[in-house]
Amino acid sequence: MLKEIGVQSVEELFVDIPQRIRLKKRLQLPPAKSEYHVRREVEAILSRNKACGELISFLGAGCWPHYVPAVCDEINSRSEFLTAYAGDVYADLGRYQAFFEFQSMIGDLVAMDVVSFPWYGWGNVSGDSARMAVMITDRHEILTPRTVGPDRLSIMRGQCEGLADIKLVKNDPVTGQVSLEDLKNKISSKTAAVHIENPTYLGFVESQCMEISEIAHDHGALFTVEVEPLSLGVLAPPGEYGADIVCGEGQPLGMHMNFGGGLLGFLACRDDERFVSAVPHRLITITTTERKGEWGFTYVLPERTMFAARDKAKSFTGTATALWAITAAVYLSLLGPNGLRELAEVIMQKSHYAIKRMSEMSGIKVPVFNSCHFEEFTANFDTTGKTVSQVNRFLLNSGVIGGKDITEEFPELGNTALYCVTEMHTKADIDKLAAALEEAIQ
Amino acid sequence: MRDTESTGYHAVSWKEPIVHQLSRKGRRGHQVPLAENELRATIGDVTSNIPDKMRRKHPPELPELSEPDVVRHYIRLSQETYGVDSGIHMHGTCTMKYSPKLNEYITRSPKVADLHPLQAVDTVQGALQVMYEFQKWLCQLSGMAEFSLQPRGGAHAVFGNARIIRAYHKFNGELAQRKEIVTTVLSHPCNGGSPATAGFEVVTLYPNEETGYPDIEALKSAVSSRTAGLMMTDPYDTGIFDSNLEEYIKIVHEAGGLVAIDQANANSLLGRLRIGDVGADLCHFNLHKSFSTPHGSTGPGTAAIGASEKLSKFLPIPTVTFDGNRYSLDYNRPHSIGKLGEFYGVFPNVLRAYAWMMAMGAEGLGEASEVAVINNNYLLRKLLKVRGVSLPWLESHPFRLQEARFSLQKLHEETGIGVADVNRRIVDYGIQDMETSHEPWIIPEPFTPEPPETTSKEDLDRFAEVIDAISHEAYTSPEVVRTAPHNATISRIDRAPSRHPKRWAMTWRAYLRKASGDKC
Repeated sequence: MLKEIGVQSVEELFVDIPQRIRLKKRLQLPPAKSEYHVRREVEAILSRNKACGELISFLGAGCWPHYVPAVCDEINSRSEFLTAYAGDVYADLGRYQAFFEFQSMIGDLVAMDVVSFPWYGWGNVSGDSARMAVMITDRHEILTPRTVGPDRLSIMRGQCEGLADIKLVKNDPVTGQVSLEDLKNKISSKTAAVHIENPTYLGFVESQCMEISEIAHDHGALFTVEVEPLSLGVLAPPGEYGADIVCGEGQPLGMHMNFGGGLLGFLACRDDERFVSAVPHRLITITTTERKGEWGFTYVLPERTMFAARDKAKSFTGTATALWAITAAVYLSLLGPNGLRELAEVIMQKSHYAIKRMSEMSGIKVPVFNSCHFEEFTANFDTTGKTVSQVNRFLLNSGVIGGKDITEEFPELGNTALYCVTEMHTKADIDKLAAALEEAIQ
Repeated sequence: MRDTESTGYHAVSWKEPIVHQLSRKGRRGHQVPLAENELRATIGDVTSNIPDKMRRKHPPELPELSEPDVVRHYIRLSQETYGVDSGIHMHGTCTMKYSPKLNEYITRSPKVADLHPLQAVDTVQGALQVMYEFQKWLCQLSGMAEFSLQPRGGAHAVFGNARIIRAYHKFNGELAQRKEIVTTVLSHPCNGGSPATAGFEVVTLYPNEETGYPDIEALKSAVSSRTAGLMMTDPYDTGIFDSNLEEYIKIVHEAGGLVAIDQANANSLLGRLRIGDVGADLCHFNLHKSFSTPHGSTGPGTAAIGASEKLSKFLPIPTVTFDGNRYSLDYNRPHSIGKLGEFYGVFPNVLRAYAWMMAMGAEGLGEASEVAVINNNYLLRKLLKVRGVSLPWLESHPFRLQEARFSLQKLHEETGIGVADVNRRIVDYGIQDMETSHEPWIIPEPFTPEPPETTSKEDLDRFAEVIDAISHEAYTSPEVVRTAPHNATISRIDRAPSRHPKRWAMTWRAYLRKASGDKC
């Protein structure tokens, strides 16, 4: 090959790199290993992990333990999907169709007509929603409740730095619901959007969505809503209570937790040119071809994104989370409308059983807020005299991972943990938690 | 027209309906694990707690299918998709290297899949060790002081770097004055788009017609006390290394700015050049490019941000630390830009890349770069023999690094066949279509093949033969190219809905509404 190129040595091919700046020493890295030795060494390292299957975990807070049907892994292991990237529709029709189906089924869930290409995760699509609201309204302030997930808020603020201020609205201390009074005080002609989570980070359902939507729209602001998708088996879809932009986290739709690596942000909006033009990510539309009976797919307004507009684009985009979108499409078509409703009901039954068991213990206040909850709920340990971390250490010794310690995130709630119960938990698991908690707080 | 005979290939073509069209009322593909009777009896009807106005009144219009229906549908769609494992796939700027199957196997272990990111650190020591050691290896490879593995793609890392540049100038009280980021047009679009998202004004430099990169003078005149930093890709997608880099860095530093180098094209530099040694303050690597993690049909990706000693305090939280005995997550970094995304990024990709580097070792990495560069230059010589193909900056840069950006301008002028036609036609030969160029097209009718080290000589020969065959068709029977594809999964699509609000439909529900004549 060097002969064909016309050089004596490979070094000649690197002529562009000035000698002066080249690395003169050897890299200090371990020596090469065989496949067998790599496997042994990596498996030995990974054996130091204790996975959620080996313990009973009640952690959620943005990454949740849900059952992943075997078909999901079968399809996302298909090497065509796994190793494809950026080909056009003629070579890659299948993945485009799967993306369109993902968009379609998310649209069914949230009751919106436009859904974009998948994105990194919940926090990043919340940031995009806020930026879209600024672009659409030409206003530079976002109002969101105090209960919003702190990491999400930090990501949102990072994405809006220099563009919009994100201001917090108070919550009712008893129910956790947005204080409509405080919202009315803070909303103004500067407000680009009122942005809520439903269910909230703290697990309860915000039930004043119609009222919030009305207040936002009366002031010329948008109403943007973040959702956990499985809850939409039983909760009203945001498209039916006035949302203009909807976003959320699709990890529950067939992705393993993967130490937080299974996240899948989704973003939906009104089918209105102003909104569509403000979406920063790829959008795929269905179309037809020259031959009858074939579906085709193509990008909508491609000049809108950073790929074409570079620094004139509304926000950055790029390599996304496509493999997880394909997986979510598989998951939703497996469950269908009835499976999804049934799953949401089962989750509520199990989480409410846990609430009931924990609330029977003296010393634990659960849930902190007197509202309807979906799969997560808060538990306050103030009167036990124990901190959440003390309780959690005790639980871990009994093979149970307790809820997330949110004492630092929400100091006003005291010693409080955020628990998550899903269809994965059996009655025996919850009973084990209750028994371990009983001992822990003594 | 079908001409399978002339190319010897035909793609799978199932004419697969949309999943909603396969729906049959009452079918279900998965049974959910129901709650025990005793549990249900204890709590009663909990859904009645949902306030009426918040209750879903109609089930979502999801399709209803059995498990075999779903499997068959998505297996068919996978068959209509062309990955690295399917055949010749040299999409440029993407470093489509083969991903070893062991790494996939390891990644799908329950010891990875079932880890919750918020578990106590003592229960995830293995995962933290992988992250810690991998970022140390990246430091060794790049000459940077510390890495963050949080970004979920290259553009995310560039956004993170722009935020770090912002934080640095804010820390020094100069943010109000330093509002400009300088970039070069041949850099990846995120080097303009991501800093703009972070609130910077972007100044874009164009290459000199002879050298393929901007003149020192052009950079000097763009840099001032308003400059926050220089954010650029090196080497470029032209496969040309911008050898002014060291000088640029000096100029920007003297003006008080920072330099962030996009190392997405680093596959040709492994073990040969460390961007930290050249003086870059920040950089990023794409694990889904140089480090062999699979591209997943467009993600999830992972990009790693590297920072110099001076800037490491601004990296996103948390970072992984090691006290010689135990790995921890450090959130106590008061100068940090905070969170770029949730948790710690895409851990499975970090693990894959870690296993890949472990298999390669230092010498393997250097060898991978050499083989990739030999592959590219071999292909380059072959393609230059094809009628209608030219290579801008050939005289000044006869040898290229990881890839090269060619032009079909001559072919287009002489036959009317351009790169869009060739790209449809190449699929008829069983080859993945080619990267043309990021926007703007400063090279007319561009195409950018990138053959990484895992490409065989036979594949390079075949690719060049096919480009030659298509060129021949363009000169002798252009209609076959113009009307391509003929042997692909589908025929030419109607792109008009792309910009017609009444015709675009991003969901099946919107399609049904518009097809039934409803106003939008």
